[in-house]
Amino acid sequence: MTLAIDARGLRKRFGRTDVLAGLDLAVPAGTVFALLGPNGAGKTTTINILTTLVQADAGTAHVAGFDVAAEPEEVKRRISLTGQSAAVDEVLTGTENLVMMGRLSGLGRTEARTRAAELLERFGLTDAATRRVGTYSGGMRRRLDLALSLILALPVVFLDEPTTGLDTRSRQELWSVIRSLADAGTTVFLTTQYLEEADRLADRIAVLDNGRIAAEGTADELKARIGGDVVELRDAGGELLVELPTDGTVHGLRAAIDELDRRAASGAPGVSVTIRRPSLDDVFLAITAGGSPATPSADGLARPELIESK
Amino acid sequence: MTTLVQTRPRLSPFTAEATFINRSFLHSVRDVEALLMAVVLPVMLMLMFTFIFGNAIDPSGGYVDYVVPGIILLCAGFGASSTAISVSRDMTTGIIDRFRTMPLRSGAVLTGHVVASLARNLFATGVVIAVALLVGFRPVASPLEWLGVFAIVGLYILAITYLFAAIGLAASTPDAASGYGFILLFLPYISSAFVPVETMPGWLQWIAENQPITPVIETIRGLLMHTPIGDSAWLAVVWCLGIIAVSVVWGAWLFRRKAGRR
Repeated sequence: MTLAIDARGLRKRFGRTDVLAGLDLAVPAGTVFALLGPNGAGKTTTINILTTLVQADAGTAHVAGFDVAAEPEEVKRRISLTGQSAAVDEVLTGTENLVMMGRLSGLGRTEARTRAAELLERFGLTDAATRRVGTYSGGMRRRLDLALSLILALPVVFLDEPTTGLDTRSRQELWSVIRSLADAGTTVFLTTQYLEEADRLADRIAVLDNGRIAAEGTADELKARIGGDVVELRDAGGELLVELPTDGTVHGLRAAIDELDRRAASGAPGVSVTIRRPSLDDVFLAITAGGSPATPSADGLARPELIESK
Repeated sequence: MTTLVQTRPRLSPFTAEATFINRSFLHSVRDVEALLMAVVLPVMLMLMFTFIFGNAIDPSGGYVDYVVPGIILLCAGFGASSTAISVSRDMTTGIIDRFRTMPLRSGAVLTGHVVASLARNLFATGVVIAVALLVGFRPVASPLEWLGVFAIVGLYILAITYLFAAIGLAASTPDAASGYGFILLFLPYISSAFVPVETMPGWLQWIAENQPITPVIETIRGLLMHTPIGDSAWLAVVWCLGIIAVSVVWGAWLFRRKAGRR
């Protein structure tokens, strides 16, 4: 298995804060990898180091087989970055943006124009091709932004929160583009705050917390870490009163239901109980709220105080 | 699968520079207000100095011959100050990080802004001179001296543009960049641009004589009107080259330091 990204022991300190405190990552080539974490967890810093923008204080990182610190030019020839704020030129038109980036990517004038037209078509921007990007909506900008990263089929594409601020339809369109990239052999490294995005898109997910990888695996593996199903108590209006994870055993389920009784008026009229599979949200909250995740306590409850809503 | 992906080809020399110059030209042409300001404002200033202040300063009516070099530099300053805003805008939006993660020479983006500024301001200089000729400016320069005028004006534009580009890199926002630039635009007034240095109070004379604008003005005036140039010419060149050197070193340092930060 070839690794597209191989980072070991990355550390970065800004002032007195350790943004990254020994980060390890291994991303197999041709896969979609999602780095998940709350705001300020160090997601963008990780991307900045991997894309050669920032030097790590310690540790090594190889991207597409080259050391980001020792051979940044070779790394740059094999990556593209779509950052958090749309990196588009607002004064130029959609076509001009793409042609400029095509020329900077080594395409000839005609080639760059052809490629621009193809990408505009693929991202549903053909009608807006001759309009200045300043007049585009947020979703259109984001699509153009991604198109600018896809002029060449490069080995590794970095996407920093690619769908933040997009409506559901645009988001799903982007997802299908990202999937097709990976199918064509490109490794996609994306950061996101949306668990659904990671769940739907990524082959592997890493949860970043306090500058370290707190958990890593497929979505199913991560969900399995939290143990069994989640018990929910809802009032007559369907409003969530309490939710508790269980460890998947009969004993654990019974303990959870007893706990519901203690915490809320579960006998009140209209109050109902449901059992559901854990979502990635449960995993995320359990992991990023601190401590070791998914360690069921003696009474069979996996850190119920962390996952209780209301 | 990996056979489908490709590596960025190496660019032929100056492709990046040419692309960025083209980009900055498009920016200049489309920012109609800034373009109008860069041409209309100096023309207005010249008309004001010639017809309103002119007769009070020099009742013989020859003030226009004195003031044109100053207006040219004032105009170059206005035109170049928008470079600070363009550079700052590039730095504060994500676009610079995209360029920086591509295998491009780091200064190529700035080269685009600088060349566009040079072209814009030489054009504005041409307009100023044309209007000046219409309102009675009568230079006595030979063709070779005219060439000298454009060379020294071009050098001055380059110097001030590089300085504004560095200011754009240093400023935290485009608005701040525009604010810092304003201070620089004040410099021509404390020089021999509008009134002879000898008419100023002593302490101000010292500033006026030892700042870069005065030798540039005296050189241009000497070439156009055959007033004595003295050591102004080489002082002007040294000042301009010095400003360029300092701005390039400072700018390169800022450009590296600000990578990945917004």
